[in-house]
Amino acid sequence: MTDANLTVDRAAGSENFVQRLLRKIQSRWRTIVILLPFVWLLIFFLSPFLIVFKISLAELAIKSPPYTQMIEWTDAGIVTVRLVFDNFLYIFNDALYARTYVNSLKISIVSTVFCLLIGYPLAYAIVRSSPVTRRLLLFAIILPFWTSFLLRVYAWMGLLADQGTINNLLIWLGLIDDPIRMLYTEFAVYVGIIYTYLPFMILPLYANMEKLDATLNEAAADLGSRPTNTFFRVTLPLTMPGIIAGSLLVFIPATGEYVIPDLLGGGNVHMIGRQLYNEFARNVDWPVASAVAIVLLLLLVLPMAVYQHYQGKAAEAQ
Amino acid sequence: MVGQPAANKQHIDAAPWLERDAKPLIRINAVTKKFGDVTAVNNVDLSIYEGELFCLLGGSGCGKTTLLRMLAGFEVPTSGQIIIDGADMSAVPPYERPTNMMFQSYALFPHMTVQKNIAFGLQQDKLPKTEIDDRIEAILKLVELSGYEKRRPQQLSGGQRQRVALARALVKEPKVLLLDEPLAALDKKLREQTQFELANIQEEVGITFVVVTHDQEEAMTLSSRIAVMNAGEFVQTGTPTEIYEFPESRFVADFIGSANIFAGQVTEDGADHVHVLTELGVIHIDHGQATKEGSNVWVAIRPEKIHLSKTAPTKKGPNQAVGIVDDIGYLGNSSIYKIRFENGLIVDVTAPNLIRPKTRTHQITWEDVVYLSWDASSAMLLSK
Repeated sequence: MTDANLTVDRAAGSENFVQRLLRKIQSRWRTIVILLPFVWLLIFFLSPFLIVFKISLAELAIKSPPYTQMIEWTDAGIVTVRLVFDNFLYIFNDALYARTYVNSLKISIVSTVFCLLIGYPLAYAIVRSSPVTRRLLLFAIILPFWTSFLLRVYAWMGLLADQGTINNLLIWLGLIDDPIRMLYTEFAVYVGIIYTYLPFMILPLYANMEKLDATLNEAAADLGSRPTNTFFRVTLPLTMPGIIAGSLLVFIPATGEYVIPDLLGGGNVHMIGRQLYNEFARNVDWPVASAVAIVLLLLLVLPMAVYQHYQGKAAEAQ
Repeated sequence: MVGQPAANKQHIDAAPWLERDAKPLIRINAVTKKFGDVTAVNNVDLSIYEGELFCLLGGSGCGKTTLLRMLAGFEVPTSGQIIIDGADMSAVPPYERPTNMMFQSYALFPHMTVQKNIAFGLQQDKLPKTEIDDRIEAILKLVELSGYEKRRPQQLSGGQRQRVALARALVKEPKVLLLDEPLAALDKKLREQTQFELANIQEEVGITFVVVTHDQEEAMTLSSRIAVMNAGEFVQTGTPTEIYEFPESRFVADFIGSANIFAGQVTEDGADHVHVLTELGVIHIDHGQATKEGSNVWVAIRPEKIHLSKTAPTKKGPNQAVGIVDDIGYLGNSSIYKIRFENGLIVDVTAPNLIRPKTRTHQITWEDVVYLSWDASSAMLLSK
């Protein structure tokens, strides 16, 4: 319907119900579009989180579900609200949990740094290659996603095992006599995490570097700056948003990683995701498992808040 | 020399390119640049002297920017040699060359303030901080941007960015300043104003400028000399006047300004005159030319050098023609007339609108019979 049509209709007062409704939707279109993802997050993210939070404040009970209710009606017409902080105290007092959290953070930080060290030059090379090569290389980065993540981790087990491909090859070449122990070590966990999360580092870096103007490098060189100096004073500051985005995309899921430490680390590598699974599935202690999850969330929210703060400042500076 | 009108540079400056033993600041020796199968610059030779404002002029893809980038060190010549200030530049990387470049996109560092952008180059020379600050202050004053130190490039207008880019390159006081389409991103009014400012700044600082441009008007206004480029080669090199009034080829005559070009045959080759038979009749040229009778040549006449009249000339003579006004392009200060001849030939004539018409119609209008005449010195004989 054209504007002229609308005006005529309104003037004539002949607008019917459907037209009115459509017009109302149209004028609120922006609000509706913004609201939809919020509703989605509310249903599928915030409410499960609140449920977990509630369970973390409950007590273990031998029933189904295996925890006590937060709100209870007693016979005398009294409502009791039980908030049990014991689970949190338990986590803080048992050194095992502290060690596991620290170990998780250590592994994910080191993995993030390695992903950055490997991903940064790779992303840079992809951006600087010819359009055809660039598309091929990007395709190669995305290709692993076409296979199941679990399968790829199993493949690494086959590669790293004592009788695995790598050891067999090294023995056949005569470089070693006895197999090197790789599977079920922290090394294997690092290999798995770095391998799995590398694309999450490369893609945001690539998106950031693609916008980078190559003439800036020439301008720096022209003004007397050697390549290394140009990198630290021009390229690195301008790719900082990509570095931060990529690092968060690696760091956050790697901290809570369960499958990789379980399959490649065996019982030897303690990471919080595995601990959480044990509490939940083996010990069937939902309240402690929930408390572990809440503490993990708080640990991850912190770097995100720092990032948001940094972004806000960068936006202000513009 | 501050404030001298740029357009009249030639009578102030000497003409070192005419002096036999003058030493060029830049010497380009048989330089060729190939990208795969494509030859961007084909075996060019050029000398540029100290204090010149030299323009490389040509259409897109003519190789002018490639040549400039070879001077800056961003491209390495496939063969040939570039010498700047007596030193062979073959193995010298961009960051060690005595040149600075102003980029077409300006290439200002977006994460740095104006001050830090300009300081960047000076910091590479490890200058003391006080000297850096002094020089930044002086250069910002020169480009009239004092007070903008703390701004970021994206907070500046196009014209201001252009001046920051100029300041950043100039502040290092290079032997040669290379400018890649320095005014292309500005709008017309600002461009015309900046042309003069740029030429004034060049005179003030005395640094040799090499400017790449596709805009012939810009080249004419700015330069001490122009090299016209086409398909990777220099077609003609000379002062703006030489290029405009004495083009050596049809390409130059047509590329710089506009020209009516007629093919013809030399019918008379005297010591002090030449006659050429063309579609427009016999054209009489009142000076001798290096040609000979019977050779096929071209004659070019600039549209503004043809006189247009509604009355027949009193005296019959050579260099006269009669035609009909086919079309008129009114430009305000002047008009372009397209004159049609009996044989279908169309000739462009421009005439200044010297008098404000009393009525809203023009003196000469469509389908009028008009008489054309031109001075015997105006026609230019071209052999290629």
